[in-house]
Amino acid sequence: MELVLFVVFSLITLLSAAAVVMHPHPVKSALFLIVSFFAMGGLYLLLQAEFIALMQVLVYAGAVMVLFLFVIMLLNLKPRGEDRADFKKRLRWALPFLFIFLGAVLTVITSPLARLGPMGGQGAPWVASQGGNVRAVGRMLFTSAFLPFEVTSIALLVAVVGVIVLAKKERK
Amino acid sequence: MAVPVEYYVLVSALLFALGALGVLTRRNAIVIFMSIELMLNAANLSFVAFSRALEGLDGQLFVFFVMVVAAAEVTVGLAIIVTLYRNWKTIFVDEIRLLKG
Repeated sequence: MELVLFVVFSLITLLSAAAVVMHPHPVKSALFLIVSFFAMGGLYLLLQAEFIALMQVLVYAGAVMVLFLFVIMLLNLKPRGEDRADFKKRLRWALPFLFIFLGAVLTVITSPLARLGPMGGQGAPWVASQGGNVRAVGRMLFTSAFLPFEVTSIALLVAVVGVIVLAKKERK
Repeated sequence: MAVPVEYYVLVSALLFALGALGVLTRRNAIVIFMSIELMLNAANLSFVAFSRALEGLDGQLFVFFVMVVAAAEVTVGLAIIVTLYRNWKTIFVDEIRLLKG
C-alpha cells in the first residue's frame, strides 16, 4: 500500500517536473511546478515528516509559487518562436551529462557505504514520545538549533532589504 | 513494509537531473529559477529520506533551513529579474550580454 502511494506520488512529481522543464510557456511551467510541489508534500507525508510536508505546501506551493506567477504575469512573457529548435539542439548536448550524473548517483547508492543503519535513536517511538513530528522538530529547532534559527531571521531581513533596494526606482 | 530509502534517493536524483537539464537548456531566466527550485527540492527529499532511514531528525532541520534560504533566494532573484526586464526589456539570458564584452 505504501509502495503504491510512493509510486503514484513520485510519478506525479517527476512527470510534472519534466513538464516544467519542457513546456515552452512559463505560466504553465509554473503551474506544473505547483503540482510537483504538492506531490512532493505527499512524499514527505509518506516519510512521516509532517512538519516538512506542511512547510512544503505552505512555503513552496503557496508563497514562493505565488511570487513566481506574479512576476511572470507582471512581465507578460510569451514563448519565443525560434527557441524550440535551439532547445532541442541544446538538449542533445545536455543529455549525455545527465546520464553520467545518474550513473554516478547509482554507483553511490548501490555502494556498501550507503547502507548505514539507524543510528540516531530518534525513530518513530521517540517521535511519538515527544508528542508528534511537529513538536519534536520544533523542540529541536528551539534548543539544539537555536542559533541557526535566529540567523535565518537575519538572512530573511537581508533579503527583504535587498529586494527593496533593487525594486526602488532610481531618483533623478 | 516501508519503502526502502534507495527508492527515495533515486527519485531525488532524477528530480535533480531534471532541474539541471532545465538550467542547461532553457534560456528564460524565470524557468531557470524554477529549475533551481527543483534541484533544491531534490536535495530536500534526500535529506528527509535519510532522516527517516537513520532515525535522526537533524535532516528535517536542514530541510527547514534550506527552505528559508530558498525563499530568500527567490525573492532576491525575482527582484533582480524584474530589474533586468526594466533595463533590457527582456529576460532571455542569451539576449543579455552585459558581461560578454
